[in-house]
Amino acid sequence: MTSLVANALTCIKRDRILFENLQLTLNRGELLYLRGPNGAGKTSLLRLLTGLSVPESGNVTFDGTSVRSPHSGFCEASIYLGHKSGLSSALSAIDNLSYWCSQHNVSASKNAVFNVLEQVGLVGLEDIPVRMLSAGQQRRVALSRLWLKPATFWLLDEPFTALDVDGVAMLEDKFAAHIREDGAIITTSHQPLSERAGEHTLYDLEYRF
Amino acid sequence: MSRLWNGVLKRELALAYQHKTELVQPLMFMLMVVTLFPLGIGPGPETLQMIGPGVIWIAAILSSLLGMERLFRDDFQDGSLEQMMLSGIPVSLLAAIKVFTHWLVSTGPLLIMSPLLAMFLNLTVPMYIALLFTLLLGTPLLSFVGAIAVGLTVSLQRGGILLALLLIPVFIPLLIFATSAVDSAALQLPYHPQLAIIGAMLLLAMAVSPFAIAYSLRVSQN
Repeated sequence: MTSLVANALTCIKRDRILFENLQLTLNRGELLYLRGPNGAGKTSLLRLLTGLSVPESGNVTFDGTSVRSPHSGFCEASIYLGHKSGLSSALSAIDNLSYWCSQHNVSASKNAVFNVLEQVGLVGLEDIPVRMLSAGQQRRVALSRLWLKPATFWLLDEPFTALDVDGVAMLEDKFAAHIREDGAIITTSHQPLSERAGEHTLYDLEYRF
Repeated sequence: MSRLWNGVLKRELALAYQHKTELVQPLMFMLMVVTLFPLGIGPGPETLQMIGPGVIWIAAILSSLLGMERLFRDDFQDGSLEQMMLSGIPVSLLAAIKVFTHWLVSTGPLLIMSPLLAMFLNLTVPMYIALLFTLLLGTPLLSFVGAIAVGLTVSLQRGGILLALLLIPVFIPLLIFATSAVDSAALQLPYHPQLAIIGAMLLLAMAVSPFAIAYSLRVSQN
């Protein structure tokens, strides 16, 4: 069974050890909820897991191969949503998502993208440049990727930021549905997850001096 | 293939269309710099003809430095770049396409404007033809080599001046061969050797720089 495994990860930022010898396994069907105070290294850990940054020591493997290797198949099987929305502010929501789908080899017609935008509550806002949308609406556009790409592993950095109550509920329902379909999620957040999101495992990072 | 065409190239062109002013500004800068020389040095036709090739090339280098930053800056800041790097497309290929489209949208208009500049500076027709060849071969070289430095400085705040300091020394050989080609044309001598050297530099840059850019972008993500 495929899983994302972090082996003895050490991360050092500005001469401060964020974490040392960190072991973590994300299996399918599991929702891992990463907690910790500001500066504990949640974002750093997620970026290490995606292979965007390189750990000081240790490695991250997907299915036994390093995530940084082009043959690991990790890119095809995963979605990473970071602090930055990954949306070009000059382009419309529909253009942003269509280009993203082409890049990620997801065949989604314009209609499919329209439908997803409707599902996340952005009817009528598809065609205007993303910079005209509110922060919460931009977050919804970014999150639409979870509906578009059929990926198993989701790595989400503070996905609830700027979302309203309905948005949070919608995303938690999406989490629960994804776990039922044997997907895997690792997410960070400062609000506790409600029961709608289903069962989840807690993973605490401490702030170290 | 359609991934690269629909996902990257078309996106770059759409973004360039949205940011038209950012593309026009370096061109206007170049036009104004070239205009300053006859005013400052005097309008003597011989003087202008002598300094013309150098003036156009120096203005081209400076204006390309001005526009270079937009190559990766916006995509880095809004996170599009990390999404692209996680798409499974090789980063070097991605970088090559971005550099190529940047060259197309920023230098294409410059080439169209070049006859006007040549007239300003009293260049003869053979000189202009030589200048056009050196621009055609030399400006992609500016973009490919410059992109490495842009990749390295993209995570810094206000990397603009640093970019210029890093790159101007690197562009000196190009400037020497390009102006020497135009000077040869002025004397009605063959200028193939200079063109061949610029072409060789371009081929080397095209082969090696995508990997260097990919590496510099990965370092910037760290």
